[in-house]
Order: sequence, then structure tokens, then C-alpha cells
Amino acid sequence: MSNPDNGTHGAGANGVNPDQDLNAQNLPGQRGDHGEVIGVRRGMFGANNGGDTSGYGGLVRTVRLPGATSRPYGGYFDEVADELEGALDEQGLVPENVIEKTVVDRGELTFHIEREFLPVVAKTLRDDPALRFELCTGVSAVHFPGDKGRELHAVYHLRSLTHTRLIRLEVSAPDADPHIPSIVSVYPTNDWHEREVYDFFGLIFDGHPALTRIMMPDDWQGFPQRKDYPLGGIPVEYKGAQIPAPDQRRSYT
Amino acid sequence: MTTSPATPRETTEGTVYTVTGGDWDEVVEAAAKADDERIVVNMGPQHPSTHGVLRLILEIDGETVTEARCGIGYLHTGIEKNLEYRTWTQGTTFVTRMDYLTPFFNETAYCLAVEKLLGIEDDIPDRASIIRVMLMELNRLSSHLVCIATGGMELGATTIMIYGFRDRELVLDIYELITGLRMNHAYVRPGGLAQDLPPGTVDQVRAFVKKMRKNLPEYDKLATGNPVFKGRMQGIGHLDLAGCLATGATGPVLRSAGLPHDLRKSNPYCGYETYDFEVPTTDTCDAYGRFLLRLEEMRQSLRIIEQCLDRLEPGPVMVGDKKIAWPAQLALGPDGLGNSLDHIKKIMGTSMEALIHHFKLVTEGFRVPPGQAYTAVESPKGELGVHAVSDGGTRPYRVHFRDPSFTNLQAMAAMCEGGQVADVIVAVASIDPVMGGVDR
Repeated sequence: MSNPDNGTHGAGANGVNPDQDLNAQNLPGQRGDHGEVIGVRRGMFGANNGGDTSGYGGLVRTVRLPGATSRPYGGYFDEVADELEGALDEQGLVPENVIEKTVVDRGELTFHIEREFLPVVAKTLRDDPALRFELCTGVSAVHFPGDKGRELHAVYHLRSLTHTRLIRLEVSAPDADPHIPSIVSVYPTNDWHEREVYDFFGLIFDGHPALTRIMMPDDWQGFPQRKDYPLGGIPVEYKGAQIPAPDQRRSYT
Repeated sequence: MTTSPATPRETTEGTVYTVTGGDWDEVVEAAAKADDERIVVNMGPQHPSTHGVLRLILEIDGETVTEARCGIGYLHTGIEKNLEYRTWTQGTTFVTRMDYLTPFFNETAYCLAVEKLLGIEDDIPDRASIIRVMLMELNRLSSHLVCIATGGMELGATTIMIYGFRDRELVLDIYELITGLRMNHAYVRPGGLAQDLPPGTVDQVRAFVKKMRKNLPEYDKLATGNPVFKGRMQGIGHLDLAGCLATGATGPVLRSAGLPHDLRKSNPYCGYETYDFEVPTTDTCDAYGRFLLRLEEMRQSLRIIEQCLDRLEPGPVMVGDKKIAWPAQLALGPDGLGNSLDHIKKIMGTSMEALIHHFKLVTEGFRVPPGQAYTAVESPKGELGVHAVSDGGTRPYRVHFRDPSFTNLQAMAAMCEGGQVADVIVAVASIDPVMGGVDR
């Protein structure tokens, strides 16, 4: 490594240092130290059980999601952020305590919300005349085992038909305490969506009227969409050769 | 409170209530208590009129539905989990199978999300976008035709069923010509399309549009003014605007409540803002209104298809970036669709680098920068949203589909409770759920 004090970003032998090359922003695996680290990637070709025949075995790259953005956010995002902060202020809440961070990435606005304030924020976003996010398109979840202390993320997309806007709320909970308040009372459409997330990720939505499994059988063990849950499948024999199940095949890291 | 409530008395003709200065509410309550006709019916999951494997749990009192619940999950195939073990390009092969009646919407929504993550939305060639729009509008026709056909069949109107499937067959012939398959196409790929339109497509689509303009009025003649049809549909499956937004219902269900919300107009994608079409609405909030809307949307789709045909110019159908564009030059051979002989000759005979590149891109795939994206398209059923997350790898980290059938089906209880058992069928048919999409 030509950059001993910061071994994770190799200033390339090809003479281009992605840390200084502005055009390198869109390179895979985002260089630099901005953003939120969710994991570390080692090696290249997914071969962990043999010698380092490719020479790429020592490659270490951190995986970073886009980090917090500072103002101005651009477009209608500033207006939405201003209105939300103002409306929270009116309710006696400190916006900095409610909104962990704001991320603008790929033309999309994401508010990371502290989980206990989610119902208040959702209600404000729905009811405030300047915000009016009438339609919630449900909740999706993502499991980041490497994001210590906030492994489970619940992601809500809210649509304002009045103002033709779309924003995203992101709430996280640790694996050890997988609880997030339900917002079914604000958006009844989330009834089945929260059941689905519970079914697949084991996230418990406190206050949901009937949080039961929805896709998997009622007596199913485990939460299939978590990253530590195997895909399953059996090896297939074709013309004498064994083809392993999809999750047992070698993958590119 | 009254002093003498209604007292039941058994006679040879059944129970007789004698009301003497009582309160009607108490009479009704007493009648409900004495009634032993209240039963819970499991309709489905194997029932011809529940659109696949939907299980309806109905508590009925005589012929009236007092409570209605859905049991779903019988068609869960773990597509979202499976995507995490395949490359981004292989994903289209899976998503096309979700809502199997709207394959092009699934593929396009997914590919738009991947393209947004890659940041190449502006690099998609015009021809690819126009063909995507054309296929999506053809798909809207075939999906609505199935909805109207099966909805009619469930009412006993088998002629509508025959008409609907007859016309859908014309659309499927076009799919077969373009993609080689009647369903499960995997034709739309991240970055563009798998291959260009084969010769003769434009002529066949034009002939189809002409034929459909002749066929569509037949549905009006057969059903729109038909008193029996109207009697079964009008006022059934009622859901007003507030109910739609609360349950998250979109698509024809929302537009039947009078709100002209259509993502093609409000949040255009694939260049929809440049097409000339209208978003029909009705204010009847019922199954009949949704039937009329679907008919009108099919007419508007024909308009869009014609505009697509007029705009088609020769050009590429895949992004120029060779690190993303699938290297295969597909051609139709005697044994089906495969790599063209010229491409095989080049990679096997003359260019080792091209062979390596082909191998790398096909087996490893391309890397997508970390982050998340949400894209939505207006499918025939409503807002089809894709939440795609990448961790910078060659495979999706997480893809979630917000399928409109799943969300709209929640409105079933609100539409059916208090109505007749026979009307449950009509209400569910007017939502047009496809269990492949609901369960994924």
C-alpha cells in the first residue's frame, strides 16, 4: 500500500488517487471516508478457503452508504425540511432530537428519525397543510448486520398528492431490541406492510392491532429476509456434475 | 330504556316478536342474538372466483357479510430473497414472474430503480424508453382485458370472458413476436432492452391497434348498458376517496373515487410527460365505475401505443457503457433465441479481451454504488414501487416491491362488510388482485 496511514484506500498504482479525483465519486464502493460504514469487504472473487492465487485476497474495502447532507438540499427538499422542523417546534419538540440526520442522495430526500418519534413525525407529515403526505406506500426493511447498534432499518416512502412530492423516512432499531412504534393509527395502509416486515425481519411494531405473520405459515421459525437466514435449496445434479444451491455458489465480493 | 322490551314467542310459523312500546334497536339486537344463521365461511384458497389462491374468511349472517378478512401467502415464492443471490441483471428474470399479468411493469420498475442507483437514467437511449412505454401500454391492455374477462366470468357473463381472452391473445402474440415468450419475458434489462424489435413488429402492432379500436366498442355494447351487468356492479364494492387514501389504494380504485392521480402524469418516467393522453376518472366509487375506467384506460393506451409507433427511430436500445450493457448480441436461431453467430465468432475467434469481458459481465455482473432508490410506475393496478438497496456489490442487497395488488387487497374488508355474499366476488374482482404480485 502506498498510503500506509490509511490502508483502506489504496492510492492506485495506476497513478489515480480516487480520494482526490472528483470524477471518482461515482466509482463502485465509494472512496473517501464520508458516509456511514455498514460493512467491510475483503478479497475479490469470493474464494475464502484456499490460497490467495489471484493476488486480490488482501483487498479490503469499506462499504459506505451516503452520509448526512448539509443544506441547501435543493428543489422542494428545503421547503419540506423547513416545514417539518417548524411543525415539530410548534409541538414542543426539538427537531435535532427527532431527526437524526437528513440525507439527499440520487435526487431523493431521506429523514432518519429517532424511533420513538416516528408516530409524531408521521402524523405531522400527514396533517400539516404545508406538508400533506396523504399516501404512505408502506414500509420496507433492510437488515445491515454490520451496522452495529442499528442493524434493522425500516424504510417508509410517503407521497404527497397535493404537492406532488415524495420523501423517505428511515428508522433503525438494534437486533437486540427490535421494536419500532407502529404507524397504523396514522396510515391504516401500513397494517399489512408492517405485518410483512415483522414476518420477514422480526421487527416488532408496537401498537399494531394484530401483528401476526402474513406470508409465512403461522408456526414458522425464524425471519427469512434477515441476512443470517440462508436461502436454502438443494444441490442439483446435471449430467453427472453437482451444481450447488444458489446461496452455496461462489460469489463476487 | 323502555319498560317492556320485545318478547319472542314461538309459534308454528317460527319465532314471532311482539313489540309493545319497545325500541327498534333492541328488537334488532334480540333478533340478532336469537339468530343461529351466523356462520364463518372459508372461501378459497382453492376457489375459481378468488383470483388464484386468495383465501377469504367471511362471517356471514344469512346472506349478509358481517366481517371479511383475507388470508394470503399461499403463493409466496421468496422472490425478494432470491434476488439477493443473483446479479442485478438476473433480477429481471425473477421480478417478471411476480405479478405475472403485468410482467413489463415489474421489469421496468425494477430496471428504473437499478438505473437510478447507477445514475444512468439520462443515458438510456430514446428508442429503449419508447419501446418500454409501448410494451407497458400493451401490457395495460392485456391486464385490463383479463380483469374484465375474469370479472365477467365470475358474474356468469361468459361472453365477456371469451371476448376478453380473445383480445388478450392478440396482445400475447405481439409479446411472443418481440420477446419470444407470452409471459415471463425478462426483456427489459438494466440499461435498456435485451434486444431490438424484430422486423415486422411495427406493422403487427399497427394492425393490432386498428383491430382493438374495432373490438373495444363490443364491450360497451355487451356490458356497459346491460341492465343485468349494471345491476350486479353499480353501488358494489364502494370505497370513497378517504377510504382509498387510508387503505393506500391506488390505480383504478382510487380514480373511481374521482381523484385523477396517475404516476404517468404526476411523476413521469420513461418520457411519459411527452405523450398525449388523458387520465379518466369516475365519481361512483363502485365496481361499475372501475369497469368503465378500465375500458377508457384501454382506449388511452391505444393512443399512447400509436404515438410510440410514430416516434420509433432506428438507434441503440442499450446504454453505451460497455461495463453495464450486456455484451450478447442476441439473434433468433433454429434452436431459439441465443447469442448471434457473429458475436460467438468474434469472442471465440478473434478477440480474447472480448471473451474475458463477456465472461466477466455475465458471471460477475456489474457493481452498483452503495445507496438506496425508490422508483414507482403506474401499473394497471396502481402504484408499483421498487425500493432497491445496494451495498456496492454485484448483487442487490435488498429489493422490496410495493405491489399494488397487495396494498389494494386491504380495502377488501371495507368494500365487502355489510354487503351480500355474492357481491364479495364483484368487489374483489373490481380490485383486480393477482396473487403472484400479492405474495411475491
